[in-house]
Amino acid sequence: MISIRQLDFRYPRGGFRLQVSALEVRAGERVAVVGASGSGKTTLLDLIAGIRNPRAGAITVAGNLLADFSDASLRDFRICQIGLIFQAFELLEYLTVRDNILLPYRLGPTLQRPGDPDTRVEKLAAETGIAARLDRLPEQLSQGERQRAAICRALITAPGLILADEPTGNLDPENKQRVLALLLEQVANHGATLVMVTHDHDLLKPFDRVLDMRDFHAGDPT
Amino acid sequence: MNHVLYLAWRYLVFNRWKTGILIAAITVILFLPLALELVLDRSSERLRARAIETPLLLGAPGSPLELVLGALYFDSEPPATLEYGVTADVTASGLATAIPLHLGHRVAGQPVVGTSPDYFTFRQLRIAAGRPAAISGEAVLGAAAAQALQAGPGDGVVTAPETVFDVTGTYPIRLNVVGVLAPTGTPDDQAVFVDMRTAWIIGGIGHGHEDLGQPEASGSVLKRDGENIVANAAVAQYREITAENLGEFHFHGDIATFPASAIITVPVDQKSGVLLEGRYQEPDAPVRIARPVAVMDELLATVFTVRQYVLAAVALVGLATLATIALVFLLSIRLRRAEITTMTRIGAAPGRVAAILGAEILLVLVASLMLAGLLTALATAWGDELFRWILLA
Repeated sequence: MISIRQLDFRYPRGGFRLQVSALEVRAGERVAVVGASGSGKTTLLDLIAGIRNPRAGAITVAGNLLADFSDASLRDFRICQIGLIFQAFELLEYLTVRDNILLPYRLGPTLQRPGDPDTRVEKLAAETGIAARLDRLPEQLSQGERQRAAICRALITAPGLILADEPTGNLDPENKQRVLALLLEQVANHGATLVMVTHDHDLLKPFDRVLDMRDFHAGDPT
Repeated sequence: MNHVLYLAWRYLVFNRWKTGILIAAITVILFLPLALELVLDRSSERLRARAIETPLLLGAPGSPLELVLGALYFDSEPPATLEYGVTADVTASGLATAIPLHLGHRVAGQPVVGTSPDYFTFRQLRIAAGRPAAISGEAVLGAAAAQALQAGPGDGVVTAPETVFDVTGTYPIRLNVVGVLAPTGTPDDQAVFVDMRTAWIIGGIGHGHEDLGQPEASGSVLKRDGENIVANAAVAQYREITAENLGEFHFHGDIATFPASAIITVPVDQKSGVLLEGRYQEPDAPVRIARPVAVMDELLATVFTVRQYVLAAVALVGLATLATIALVFLLSIRLRRAEITTMTRIGAAPGRVAAILGAEILLVLVASLMLAGLLTALATAWGDELFRWILLA
């Protein structure tokens, strides 16, 4: 699913550099990424998602070399093939849970996925236990419910790859386990690949593999 | 596009107070100059039309503006009076038709206009229900007055007392409504029309009371001296003019010296008009002549000059407000950076995000335009009343 070769990334203003000589993630694999703050975990996810461009190297996702995409087609690819989950949920406060889950459809005008989006929303919401919350605003949900809604949003386009950036970081211990279990279950149900950044070593057990950022050459080049 | 509009709409609805304030601010910026222009144009057109229809006005020396506003629109304080006898003088000159007006009294807020039957012909007023007034004490109501007073033929309306504190003042008179005029869209719609004699009776110049020569009135007689009878305060004053007591109403003095607020003068031709203007333009003449259209043009010229200043001020305030609104939008984008980042990270094109933000501005502008349009339509519909009220206040 993911293949990285001779990656070299540096922020335009300098100060941080990430080098990955080789990384392979198989389809359906569940990979955790751990590392200290500032070690480049989020940057790695951004590079895989095509949000940031490397100075050198090749990133291939689902058989597509990201460098071959134009900006527009890369965005289309991301919105169709990659589901993103954020630490702070990043639900739009003015949209109901239903509209938040449907957001990729509203942002990607050319997005065509099999099945009726509304039916898919209902199904995902039922699976994640927020069916009764679909017409509420995010502010009316608990933290755990918000992250469930965010997981639904990431899965709504049936992507092959889920990139989760510390999705349990804002949750209490009980909710952490629940949300992680739910995420893993949904990823398995949908046959997706999961790359999840986490600080929490207690959550690593269910993953197929753990990547430690210390294995890559990351940090201040000076 | 539907999705863009939907997202913009949801944002505006969620932030309804902010949206409401923005719409209100932009609406005011759009509405004020627009309404000012429309209302002034329409109102001045109508005001001028009535002035054009009234060739000349005779009145007492004083402000021509007060004379014109009072005699044409009935709303201001009545102008100073001239002698009713001038009507006969003008008629006798053969230069014009003279139509007297007596103003200043009211029925529940509606102006009472004492005049002659010529007024109805001159203004082309048509009776929609009932008949014209035939005798004193009868009234014909303008369409709006009939509605306001909820009165029609067969009903009675009572004039307002001059002052409630003057116990010796004139009594309110009950007027018998015999007709209602068709609506004209002019101040005539608001008026209660009576003949001049009735107007004088309302003003206390004429009155009616029990016949003191009759034996039953002896209790009201203070002194008899041949033909002269002096009554005491117990004499019964009539409060309504009827066919039965019409004969008991009388006036003391020469009717020619009785007051008229103005005399509409319709010259038989242009030359007669010029002659009449010349006749009454002596500085010390007891009667002043005014050409209403000239007076109104002078007034409107002043109004239009003020309008330029007002529009300039509104434009400046509008620019300042628009700059503030632009600032609000820019600050709002900064505050929404996290939201915008989320959308772009999910896969939204920058143009898509800009379209959503633009749609929000567009929806606010469209709502403001619609609201401003609605307000302008209302202002146009009620503008004449508003403008006249402002002028006469």
